[in-house]
Amino acid sequence: MDPLTLSIIQLGIVFFGLGFLGRLAGRIGMSPVPLYLLGGLAFGEGGLVNLAGIDGFAHIASEIGVILLLLMLGLEYSATELVTGLKQAWVAGLVDLVLNMLPGVAVALILGWGPVGALVMAGITYSSSSGIIAKVLGDLGRLGNRETPVILAILVIEDLAMAAYLPILTAVLSGVSLLGGFTAVGISLAVVTLVLLGALRYGHMVSTVLDSPDRESFLLKLLGAALLVAGVASAMQVSAAVGAFLLGIAISGGTAENAVRVLEPLRDLFAAMFFVLFGLNTDPRTIPPVLGAALLLALVTALTKVTTGWWAARQQGIGVPGRARAGAALIARGEFSIVIAGLAVASGAVPVELAALATTYVLIMAVSGPVAARFVEPLMALVRGRRPEPIL
Amino acid sequence: MHTMVVSMNIEETPLPGIGVRRELRLATGRRVGVVTHRDGHTELILSRVDDPDACAASIPLSAEEAAALGQLLGSAQLIAQLSSEQESVAGVSTHQIMIRAGSMYAGRPLGDTQMRTLTGASIVALLRDGDVVGSPRPDEILRVGDMVVIVGTDDGLADAARILQSRL
Repeated sequence: MDPLTLSIIQLGIVFFGLGFLGRLAGRIGMSPVPLYLLGGLAFGEGGLVNLAGIDGFAHIASEIGVILLLLMLGLEYSATELVTGLKQAWVAGLVDLVLNMLPGVAVALILGWGPVGALVMAGITYSSSSGIIAKVLGDLGRLGNRETPVILAILVIEDLAMAAYLPILTAVLSGVSLLGGFTAVGISLAVVTLVLLGALRYGHMVSTVLDSPDRESFLLKLLGAALLVAGVASAMQVSAAVGAFLLGIAISGGTAENAVRVLEPLRDLFAAMFFVLFGLNTDPRTIPPVLGAALLLALVTALTKVTTGWWAARQQGIGVPGRARAGAALIARGEFSIVIAGLAVASGAVPVELAALATTYVLIMAVSGPVAARFVEPLMALVRGRRPEPIL
Repeated sequence: MHTMVVSMNIEETPLPGIGVRRELRLATGRRVGVVTHRDGHTELILSRVDDPDACAASIPLSAEEAAALGQLLGSAQLIAQLSSEQESVAGVSTHQIMIRAGSMYAGRPLGDTQMRTLTGASIVALLRDGDVVGSPRPDEILRVGDMVVIVGTDDGLADAARILQSRL
């Protein structure tokens, strides 16, 4: 068969399969990310379909997937929301950062992955999945709850922390010296601050350039700008992902809302490719040796997130059940842990076991996070020994 | 007719990435409010009795439903008054019908409906943006979201509803 025809058939099989996995995830009310990862693992070495024909496409598609994931993360919150969040909840953000990075650091050091591995694992255990959490809160009808703004404020700070963390990670992964690392961090922090201030004042200008009355040209301009900014950022050693993220922050108001609507299907498509490719490149045989570590890490970092949420909610004068709900809601990790692991594995600066641990960890957390958020209420009622009272 | 502006203490909480929550604290201590999502759809929320931080209900409302509910709450007293006035006449009652988007009469004068001639029922008031237009004239233009208050017999009201809800 003509190689091009073969590639198209293989791509068709992959997307068709992912469609079914996504539908299955929707039916049981979970995030599709773990299923995409499992799909990738199943199709990996010696899997059902040999996907050599789409290697080139899959590679560039998954790069675009990461750029779109970060662009959408930047679009999620306006610059005003980011600045207000930082002012109001920085202490909670700091507690979140310290409590949830430490277990990652510890596990990397114990497994002998050195300081680079520790930095990578810190990011993986730190970043809650804002996508999963926002959806769970909506599905469970908790948007009117008093602890919900506390949860969202923590997610906003994590979002900002990513803008500082990703350039540091990129610099360290590319093996620069300590001084070079500090320079990269300095530059990127300065750029982040400039973009934030710029977006507060001149965000409408970026939006005006990109905005367009018809969908088609709007989509092309957006995607073009995202790839350009990401590419230039990458050439300047600041990480393509950060470039896209900052562009997302700079786009504001109605343009941002339209951008989310237009980009969502593309993000779903390319991000699915990214998760599958990550699963494909992870050898399933490397998982059993790290399974114990992943389970232990999952347990510890579930507890650290619960502690974070509990503490932050108590600071806002919220009662015990609300504190428990805030804690449990924060447990879910997902797409950004895989993005971080993906950057690390692609650089070759970390051992392959890290990919296996990250995959297993995210599989556990993306599935158990929403379950914990759902069942924390009946559990709390049981623990506190209260008979159910009328709720209306 | 004038609009009554009651300044209640409405607490506004931004929900980053989702929208805004606006709520009232009732005299009973309950919270009741509205979550407005960025895409414009709204949810009616009501806090629980046993756990005031949590919500007993969050009810998604379409823009039309939210407007209708607002009209109902805003005009509850007028409706009660009209109903009590009609009670003395046997077989006559009051009914409210909303002009929905796509209705045949949206944007057309009230007289076009030929309500009185066709059904025997009378349009006694229009509720619009929290205001009351009492005894509207036939040249009054009906708008989407208007709540039409009609008085008539059961049969007449059923016919009136059919006319006002007929679509283009």
